[in-house]
Amino acid sequence: MIQLEHVSKIFIGSEREHTALADINLTIEDGDIFGIIGESGAGKSTLVRCINLLERPTSGRILIDGNDITKLSGKGLLALRRDIGMIFQNFSLFQQRTVLQNVMFPLELTHTPKAQAEERARELLKLVGLANLAESYPSQLSGGQQQRVAIARALANSPKVMLCDEATSALDTMTTHAILNLLRDINRELGVTIILITHSMNVAEAVCNRIAVIEGGTIVEQGETKVVFANPQATITRALLGIEGSAASGIAAEAAAFVAQESGVTASVEADLDASDCCEGAGE
Amino acid sequence: MNNVGDFFAQYGSLLAQGTWDSVLMTLGATLFAYLLGIPIGVAVVVTDKDGLHPNPAVNMVLGWIVNIGRSIPFIILLVAIIPFTRLIVGTSLGIKGALVPLVIASAPFVGRMVEQSLKEVDPSLVEAAQSFGASNWQIIYKVLLKESLPSLIRGVAITCIAVFGYTAMAGTVGAGGLGDIAIRYGYQRYQTDIMIATIIISIVLVQLIQSSGDFAARKLDKRNR
Repeated sequence: MIQLEHVSKIFIGSEREHTALADINLTIEDGDIFGIIGESGAGKSTLVRCINLLERPTSGRILIDGNDITKLSGKGLLALRRDIGMIFQNFSLFQQRTVLQNVMFPLELTHTPKAQAEERARELLKLVGLANLAESYPSQLSGGQQQRVAIARALANSPKVMLCDEATSALDTMTTHAILNLLRDINRELGVTIILITHSMNVAEAVCNRIAVIEGGTIVEQGETKVVFANPQATITRALLGIEGSAASGIAAEAAAFVAQESGVTASVEADLDASDCCEGAGE
Repeated sequence: MNNVGDFFAQYGSLLAQGTWDSVLMTLGATLFAYLLGIPIGVAVVVTDKDGLHPNPAVNMVLGWIVNIGRSIPFIILLVAIIPFTRLIVGTSLGIKGALVPLVIASAPFVGRMVEQSLKEVDPSLVEAAQSFGASNWQIIYKVLLKESLPSLIRGVAITCIAVFGYTAMAGTVGAGGLGDIAIRYGYQRYQTDIMIATIIISIVLVQLIQSSGDFAARKLDKRNR
């Protein structure tokens, strides 16, 4: 079980401070496929990076099975990260390594004997349906194939948790479905808890049993996917679902609906985004 | 020049020896320059504000060292450090005497080349490695150096060619090699044929270095296959 308690993250930019996360409280149960949904710049990338401490929360606690990971550093931190797999929007495969060597990478880090690591890697490639491409290089593969390799690599150390950072955003619809099905299989068959961040309600609906909607660094709504979809409360959720702002009256709702129609790009939102990007860069 | 046969009979062994000395100095100095320059380049990248282990003070000092090293014209460095050269290798003459100033002059250059190559590595690969629990050392070896290998190899070729240019200058103060021959025969004795021969050999050597560097880099690069 992963619990986030009052987690905040403030980036100190050269010009001003930027609050990426403000008092986040979340509980993710073992075996969940938990979706964190929001527009670009809402803070979901930062949130997911706090769970393996690629970003350190400015305040708050993150408990994994009751242990506060925010206190970890050095070897303890590396050990934590080895128990959490991660996949990325642009796959982040090592270009100078073969597919097999990419999957073996996490095992190399722990000095696993080569024969054993290779056996494990080939097993995983079979699981993701790429056994025949073991000796290829990433540049020879399609996007969907590359993400499968990345999934195999993330599973190499048999993690209990897998973080997916916009894992399907660079893929077409068909490939997205195939990857989501694979993630669901991994969740069911290997019992891996999956935390998936996305800006797409379709992706969330397809695989997540529970979701949280994040806006401006705050969780505005969370619950079982079915419940949230059937009866969305927050304006931004309605906007993401493409529901007209009639019920949630006022200009804000209309604006939100407009945002959804324009796939999240209005002048003001864009300006906000730019500012937060620059601060995140400076904060790293 | 009466005919080419006579020319080679008379000066062939001199030119062969000079070429060999130049090649030895170039390769030797490049090797040692990399032994010093790789740690410098890695340290600059690692201590950068966006690096694996930011350390502004170390980063600034390294930056100064590199810039000072690169701002002293080689011919001045060559004579200025003669006492130091004698201290290290016992002589300021010959290949041994040339190696010390060559290495000192080219290590900062190599440091910058290595820095540039490592900075070409996609930062998201470093983040991915971190997410799998890689230590900073593992990221340096298994990600930064490994992923930038083709670029590093191209840098080696460029460095070799720059060092080759330096060896000619070192020739003027007793290092031997093609520079020495060009000065003593071509310049001081007005032997134009020897001057031309040293130029042709230089062009061939530089071409060889560049094409083998390109070839190796292309062979090693697994992108765009």
